Amino acid sequence: MAMSEQEILSGLAEIVNEETGLAADAVQLDKSFTDDLDIDSLSMMTIVVNAEEKFSVRIPDDDVKNLKTVGDAVSYIQTAQAA
Amino acid sequence: MAVATGALHTRILSVGAYRPERLVTNAEICERIDSSDEWIRERSGIATRRWAAAEESVVDMAVAAAATAVERAGLAPGDIDAVLVATITHLYQTPSAATLVAHRIGASRAAALDLSAACAGFCYGVSLASDMVKGGSARHVLVVGVEKLSDLTDPTDRSTAFLFGDGAGAVVIGPSDHPGIGPTVWGSDGSNWQAITTRTDWLAYRDTKSASWPYLTMAGQTVFRWAVWEMSPMAQKALDAAGVAAEDLAAFVPHQANVRIIDAMAKRLALPEHVRVARDIADMGNTSAASVPLAMDRLLREGEVASGGLALLIGFGAGLAYAAQVVELP
Repeated sequence: MAMSEQEILSGLAEIVNEETGLAADAVQLDKSFTDDLDIDSLSMMTIVVNAEEKFSVRIPDDDVKNLKTVGDAVSYIQTAQAA
Repeated sequence: MAVATGALHTRILSVGAYRPERLVTNAEICERIDSSDEWIRERSGIATRRWAAAEESVVDMAVAAAATAVERAGLAPGDIDAVLVATITHLYQTPSAATLVAHRIGASRAAALDLSAACAGFCYGVSLASDMVKGGSARHVLVVGVEKLSDLTDPTDRSTAFLFGDGAGAVVIGPSDHPGIGPTVWGSDGSNWQAITTRTDWLAYRDTKSASWPYLTMAGQTVFRWAVWEMSPMAQKALDAAGVAAEDLAAFVPHQANVRIIDAMAKRLALPEHVRVARDIADMGNTSAASVPLAMDRLLREGEVASGGLALLIGFGAGLAYAAQVVELP
């Protein structure tokens, strides 16, 4: 089932909040996971796997490094859901 | 043809450990890499690790741990019928470390071989040793996990330089009047062969001028994902196979790969508060095949768990290979 950008963003924000304790409203499309949100590689992997479960998509390890910003992740998930 | 008959049940009779003297701090590691004590602790939970002396070999360390284990089992070295040494850092292609360990502890007639299953090696050894005793091919088997990973660690690689340490742990497995080692849940995934490997093989090192020493490399995120999300269910399977509930455990002793993996596994297994979770990694780093028996020995020595309690063990690493079982602590 395809979800809107806003739905994916808020779902992702919940996951980030659960993993890092960051306020959900700090998770915005233009934020970089590493530079702005200070998320390290292992937390990123936890977020990715939780996102796979939540959004019913598959995000291979090789693609994770291309997800620099929250917006990258949201559009990756949207594209994957549409496929 | 006559057939061998073994014991109906087996258990771990004793455990011994050897921790090298030299303590290496994160500050010392950071002399060679652009990192910090805080960064290393956050990513791995490691505060210190121990490195063997230059002249100290895996055999020296294995002998120290093995002699303690044999003595604590109340056995004479001659009572040991077989020696299994799990290691990836005995840097002789042949002969095995195990034959020399057997010889040096005085188990002069024991069958002896090395096991190459990396961080899963000790748990593989527990499974094989238990089956050997049940099958009647040995009565007492010495299983050693030993590594000198400092020899295969690139001190200038900021993603691995802080991770690895040296040490040895050993157990004696023998017959028991009740079940002391549960069924082993094990397997491998060679499609991820390159997730943890040495940079080159010996031939490339010999033949290619630019080839580096075969240092260990690791795809950290891939290994993290596999360990937490693939291995936690295997640990649960080992509990189910043994018919043991999480609340019946005294301890969870996973391979000491990274404290973030350990914590995530404990969370996914929903272990009750009273289950002691081994976190020897903070002081020892990742010692591959040695980490499970080292951590088990420490929990017992420090009185965190009592003899007779049940522990869930799981080893996982390069291969990728894994093995898990529930054991009664010696």
